[in-house]
Amino acid sequence: MSTEARNPPPQIALKIRRILGGKTGWNGVAVQFAFAAILGWIGYEIVSNARANLENQHIAAGFGFLSNNAGFDVNQTLISYTGSDTFLRVFVVGLLNTLVVSVVGIVFATLIGFIVALCRLSPNWLLSRVGEIYVEIIRNLPVLFQILFWYLAVLAALPNPRQSISLLGIAFISNRGLVIPSPIGGSGLEPFLAMLALGVVASLALRFHARRALFREGRMIRIWPTVLGLLVGLPLATMLVFGVPFTFELPQLKGFNFAGGSRIIPEFVALTLALSTYTAAFIAEIVRAGILSVHKGQMEAGASLGLSRGATLRLVVVPQAMRVIVPPLTNQYLNLTKNSSLAVAIGYPDLVSVFAGTSLSQTGQAIEIIAMTMGIYLLISLLTSAIMSVYGWRLSRSLGA
Amino acid sequence: MKRVTLALTLALAAGLAAQAADAQTLKTIKDRGMLSCGVSQGLPGFSSPDDKGNWTGLDVDVCRAIAGAIFNDATKVKYVPLSAKDRFTALQSGEIDVLSRNTTWTISRDTSLGANFTGVTYYDGQGFMVKKSLKVNSALELNSASVCVQTGTTTEQNLADYFKANNMKYEVIAFGTNDETVKAYEAGRCDVFTTDQSGLYANRLKLANPNDHMVLPEIISKEPLGPMVRHGDDQWFDIVKWTLFAMVTAEELGVTSKNVDEKAKLENPELKRVLGTDGNFGEQLGLTKDWVVRIVKAVGNYGEVFDRNVGAGSPLAINRGLNNLWNKGGLQYAPPIR
Repeated sequence: MSTEARNPPPQIALKIRRILGGKTGWNGVAVQFAFAAILGWIGYEIVSNARANLENQHIAAGFGFLSNNAGFDVNQTLISYTGSDTFLRVFVVGLLNTLVVSVVGIVFATLIGFIVALCRLSPNWLLSRVGEIYVEIIRNLPVLFQILFWYLAVLAALPNPRQSISLLGIAFISNRGLVIPSPIGGSGLEPFLAMLALGVVASLALRFHARRALFREGRMIRIWPTVLGLLVGLPLATMLVFGVPFTFELPQLKGFNFAGGSRIIPEFVALTLALSTYTAAFIAEIVRAGILSVHKGQMEAGASLGLSRGATLRLVVVPQAMRVIVPPLTNQYLNLTKNSSLAVAIGYPDLVSVFAGTSLSQTGQAIEIIAMTMGIYLLISLLTSAIMSVYGWRLSRSLGA
Repeated sequence: MKRVTLALTLALAAGLAAQAADAQTLKTIKDRGMLSCGVSQGLPGFSSPDDKGNWTGLDVDVCRAIAGAIFNDATKVKYVPLSAKDRFTALQSGEIDVLSRNTTWTISRDTSLGANFTGVTYYDGQGFMVKKSLKVNSALELNSASVCVQTGTTTEQNLADYFKANNMKYEVIAFGTNDETVKAYEAGRCDVFTTDQSGLYANRLKLANPNDHMVLPEIISKEPLGPMVRHGDDQWFDIVKWTLFAMVTAEELGVTSKNVDEKAKLENPELKRVLGTDGNFGEQLGLTKDWVVRIVKAVGNYGEVFDRNVGAGSPLAINRGLNNLWNKGGLQYAPPIR
């Protein structure tokens, strides 16, 4: 009897078997496929049944409504929008409003959160008590009430437009919001922007060079005077040559409201304020936990090298703490974005208000609109966590962990 | 609020996915022992709860009249308070049997929501309210004003149309609920509050100093308000529709909640038909012969309901106007019961 070497089983089949079947082998694979088929069938039944029933009851279905005229107005639009635009454009307008409040909120929440955390960790008794009180009050009150509080507090504190507070006669604060002069492009705009861009690029290159010199050769290069010259001096010089880059359109009181100028509406201010202070309380605790997780020997090592407390925190402790901070910080960013959907309570035109609210009741197409809204929130959240994951990954790589 | 919408949408999706429309609304209600009625979250005169949690108002009386016709007991109603944007989803998903919530009858709502309007309980129109201190006497002077409005209503579109047609600019601030809208108006966020005119009078009562505010004379739209029922059950549609007609007919014949028993004894052929001592129209509807008597005993005739809730006998003191009977200069008209 000759012995022949058995052919090794094909690698792909083996992989599939291992992924799907685990220890049970091909039987397991068969069970998995059957299960997937049943799930797929149930999904199909739900969708087709819902479609048939919508049709039976003459409830409009499908996404055709997106190209219909919306017929209502929105009071904060980042892209041009009028009542005769489509529901699809309403969707984009709402989405941008949600994004702008989320991004601004995240920036402020992070700043306030870090400051409060450092206060709580401070050896100064008063500072640490203030930080503690802030955290304990803010995080223990429902965010909806905080939004309403800030809104009504902001409104109550401000006068009506006719008695608005004037800031040097160019900007005005009233209960209609903050009106500021809006820039209008002039003859020198293009060279000005070009020089500004050049300045930014040159400064970044300089910083890269300085860091290399520091890490490779141990040389400290003082770059800030050059950077200042590049960012301020260069554009100023072009202004002298080509003339002013833009003029300002001043707001003027006309009838009930200000005409001209740009406006930040009080709803935006109240919502951003409420969301960022609320989320900051949680971020403060996360940052505090992160910093405390770094062994105190690191602090002592920094001190023994002659670094100040601030420099030790900045250069030694915080970079190590970030590894602990980033994953829960991502959660807070996601929470802030999702909490922005409470905007409808104070009339801020976010996605939920204008699309899942007004558009839904104008068209009555609840299933499509809610599905789209849920889908976009999911997308925003997944993108945010993807970005934070990349950041976290780079962080661990740079720490060599 | 978002959670409510989501829950209702999920209920709608699940209900639609699970079974075809249940066409036996009346039987379902009788088995349940309760009529489930969608009302507003609080609009004085139309539907609002008092401090003991009892609901009153014109829209509430429609629910009570239907419950009276079915059970001979006007209290057998479960009230479901709904925001403007959740109301249709609640009806579509079967959460409520009838939507009686100051809802404007429009062609798009009648044709694309899988529901039907059964009639008009109140002829309304959109108006504006402003502070007297602004010294505005006409809506045409509102150029560049800020306007507070409740989201999910026909009001937002009428507003856009009106300002566009008159070539005026404005800023709209849309809130989720009626109370939030009124609060922002009172806080001075906007110059103008707009909704159906009846709603303006009702909301004015909620303000700290109602006399500092005035309703402008312009009516910028037609807002016929009425109850809605789901598609697919014609018997139930008929019951709700004829309950409204019965109330109007009773007023026409001078039948009130006080004299209904004496009127039923009279030898007047029309009264005998309507009050069920002759013929069996109530049974053809799926109700009892004395259905009109039950309705009138439950809430009174249309005139009584109007006076008690929004008319002369109420704090709103709104004139009958278009809501008077057809033979008294109004639009309320019922097809004959015969």
